[in-house]
Amino acid sequence: MPKSTAKKTEKPVEELSYEEALAELENIVSVLEGEQGQLEEAIKLFERGQALAARCGVLLEAAELKVKQVAGDTAVPFEEESE
Amino acid sequence: MQPSLFPSPMPLTFTVSKLTFLIRKLLEENEALQDVWVQGELSNLSRPASGHVYFTLKDSSAALKCVMWKTSAARLTLSLRDGMEVEVHGRIGIYEPAGQYQLYADQIRPVGEGALYQEFMRLKAMLEAEGLFDPQRKRPVPEFPKKIGIVTSATGAALRDMLNTLRRRLPLVEVILAASPVQGTEAPPALVKAIQSLNRQRPDIIIIARGGGSMEDLWAFNDERVVRAVAASQVPVISGVGHETDFTLCDFVADLRAPTPTAAAELATQITLLDLQAEVQNYQNRLVTSILNLIAEQKNMLSSLTTELRYLSPERRIQSERQRLDELARRVYSSLLHRVQLQSAHVAGMRNRLDALNPLAVLSRGYAVVTQKSDGRVISRVAQAKNGQSIQVRVSDGRFDATVDEK
Repeated sequence: MPKSTAKKTEKPVEELSYEEALAELENIVSVLEGEQGQLEEAIKLFERGQALAARCGVLLEAAELKVKQVAGDTAVPFEEESE
Repeated sequence: MQPSLFPSPMPLTFTVSKLTFLIRKLLEENEALQDVWVQGELSNLSRPASGHVYFTLKDSSAALKCVMWKTSAARLTLSLRDGMEVEVHGRIGIYEPAGQYQLYADQIRPVGEGALYQEFMRLKAMLEAEGLFDPQRKRPVPEFPKKIGIVTSATGAALRDMLNTLRRRLPLVEVILAASPVQGTEAPPALVKAIQSLNRQRPDIIIIARGGGSMEDLWAFNDERVVRAVAASQVPVISGVGHETDFTLCDFVADLRAPTPTAAAELATQITLLDLQAEVQNYQNRLVTSILNLIAEQKNMLSSLTTELRYLSPERRIQSERQRLDELARRVYSSLLHRVQLQSAHVAGMRNRLDALNPLAVLSRGYAVVTQKSDGRVISRVAQAKNGQSIQVRVSDGRFDATVDEK
């Protein structure tokens, strides 16, 4: 169930990771589906939700596999052999 | 003394067929010859268009004709060459038209695999008895990993296949490679170290993989140390070693067994990019639906409020007051009318009573009023009248004069 009306974070959408954006989007959807709050507030949530969905889409579209290699107790970038 | 095959007396002469049949029976009734492994060097290898494979197995002092039927030959994983030292499994039989005994082969493996197989079975039984392969030990593999650890050779095709698969299915994922040799004596300790150091990186899944090869090539994945390292992993392990038909002890101990490295990468990414895109799309649809619902709801509320407001408008009260006013006016009028009627009835009654008292009314019944002509005084008694006196007589319709005649 929704916790609050997503006031707590309100980080700019462009700074959110995919997981953060998706979690907030999920929350907004359940808030909007769950109650008949004030219209003005609802429209703000809706706009935020739209921006979050777009952010998720962009992140999925742009995702590139990151490959690292274990080096001792850390991981360093791994250069793949080209064909 | 060995009992004679041909009970004496032996009067008959055999036909070739009959004799060959007896020999064949002799061979085929010997169980050891019907399920046998033979080691030797491959020679005279021939693969005619029929698909059957013909060859001779030989060593320094003997040779054995062999045939492998097409169906068995299709299952061969080994590519056969003359001169190869192999172990062949099959049964001994007779090819009657040529009068020749031969091995009907159904499996061929490189020399040494037999011993490896024995060792494999021994280790498997031991680890199984320890409970390392118990289904209850298997942990579920996360559906949507963020970090996948891979243990394999840095240069093999297996790594390339897995990275391509992951890139295609879930490019969001972060891959951490712990490179290790995957065959040879240095492989087992290196694999163990790779599994352990990957565990410290806390990935969501570890894939341990190697491309196809002979049983000997895959042997490191049957090494007891490697199997125990997989069992000890804090992170769920998917194994993808060799081809579909290869089973290693790593496969048995892993939380999930994949037939190939590519399949392992697929099993590690049960939720794919497409699923995620569909999920976002679904949220977006629900977002739009819910805001539209909300707006419709607000519109409804507004219109019902408007109706209510109209109902509460003073216009209605004004109208009802006006109606009350009309009603009052009507009541005032009707009570006034009533009183007028009462009054006029009273007046009429008075008039009737007045009429009854009118003296002239008596005249119509035949009475007359007599008055003195001189002063108009009413003569009501005889004493008032004198002879010859002029009088006036009043009757109902007028009057006339008269004279008193006689008293």
